[in-house]
Amino acid sequence: MNPKREVIGQTSIRSKVHPVPFAPPRGEGPPPVADEHPLAAYLRMDRIPHIWCPTCGIGIAVKCLAEALDVLQLDTNKVAVVSGIGCTGRVAGYMKLDGFHSTHGRAIPFATGLKLGRPELKVVVFSGDGDLSGIGGNHFIHAARRNMDLMVVLVNNFIYGMTGGQNAPTTPVTAKTSTMPFGNFEHPFNLPALAAGCGADYVARWTTLHVRRLTRSFKEALNRRGFRFIEVIAPCSTLYARLNKLGTGYDLMEFYHNNTEIKNGADPQTVDIGFQGKIICGRFVDSERPTYLDMMKQHYTKVLGDKFVPMPEEGGLIWPPGEKPTTPAAKATAEVREPEEVTHG
Amino acid sequence: MKYWRKPLDYEQIEIPHGEVHIIAERCKGCVFCVEYCPKHVLVMSEDFNAKGYHYPQALKQGECVNCNLCEMICPEFAIFSSSLPNGKLGQVAEVNPDEVTLTKGG
Repeated sequence: MNPKREVIGQTSIRSKVHPVPFAPPRGEGPPPVADEHPLAAYLRMDRIPHIWCPTCGIGIAVKCLAEALDVLQLDTNKVAVVSGIGCTGRVAGYMKLDGFHSTHGRAIPFATGLKLGRPELKVVVFSGDGDLSGIGGNHFIHAARRNMDLMVVLVNNFIYGMTGGQNAPTTPVTAKTSTMPFGNFEHPFNLPALAAGCGADYVARWTTLHVRRLTRSFKEALNRRGFRFIEVIAPCSTLYARLNKLGTGYDLMEFYHNNTEIKNGADPQTVDIGFQGKIICGRFVDSERPTYLDMMKQHYTKVLGDKFVPMPEEGGLIWPPGEKPTTPAAKATAEVREPEEVTHG
Repeated sequence: MKYWRKPLDYEQIEIPHGEVHIIAERCKGCVFCVEYCPKHVLVMSEDFNAKGYHYPQALKQGECVNCNLCEMICPEFAIFSSSLPNGKLGQVAEVNPDEVTLTKGG
């Protein structure tokens, strides 16, 4: 159990919030605001309540990531969140971590540059299905092919949510969208198979109902290297459920409860999702191969020898003003940089 | 809770006790916490918050076992539980189900 919660439990605010164990008479209004949420340290609470619709699942995915960061006690200065555009793209603005809200589909290229420039950071890409697999699909497959050191969280609600319910690359066949009012006839992506086929090291899929397993997956992925892909199936009540007459977000959660099957290690080729079909969840791929940075370092050391100056583990290009670089690699880079600064000055 | 027989370690087992805290003004009335609470501690209030949503209410606060599921499943960061000193299994407050009417709001 989280040690922070133990401290909160010592001071009882029960008498203040709920004076009697049974419902108070109507008309008294809501009880006074209780203590702050235990995960408030990981969120920009001045922006909460967020703009996501009631019953949207993105908040649950954010909560699971914050919980994983809290349990692992990671240095929040060493974790960065990068998002694209869309409903899920707003995650970077709501988390109290270094983050960037990039242009549409370009979350992975920005995160790649961030990881190459600051190799000591844990870079999390948190975006939606339309952003990562539609507009940014090419970046997605090439980041997986290179085995870039990124953790990619893809929140899949089967539709373009923020722009009005257009057909997404993940919309199942016969599902209705605002651009396919008679039902979708395109084959959708099977995202775990796409990621696994391109060479991702870690591929998992959970729904927003599997909060504990999703948190465990986030914890595992944060501690690993290589391209880690986690697909989160989330309800979209305002567009997907409304256009397909599936009820509220709670009905979709009940659907996940009744129609998901957990198959760890299942072949990713077999986990595609049909319209209101069985959703197979689990950790499908868990392998290890050299990452992009490993390969680059190994290859240039072999080819260039001493001329190659590898990026120091602590991110040697950036140091506080007035401080001298200490590591040999950082000194070498500083020597290269200093003449340039003189010419510009 | 009824047992076929009294477990041998009935007196030793401590079950965690928790307390639910609800930040009503943040709630958007999705009813996830009410529906998925394993001990059915919560009900939807008949009152509205400032945004016009029904918010949950801890009806059986003493039943909470601090499982944190409501906190994990709330998309709005509007509910959390904190632990209270553990109690013996035999001392769980029994709630008469006739006195409790569960309503589903939202």
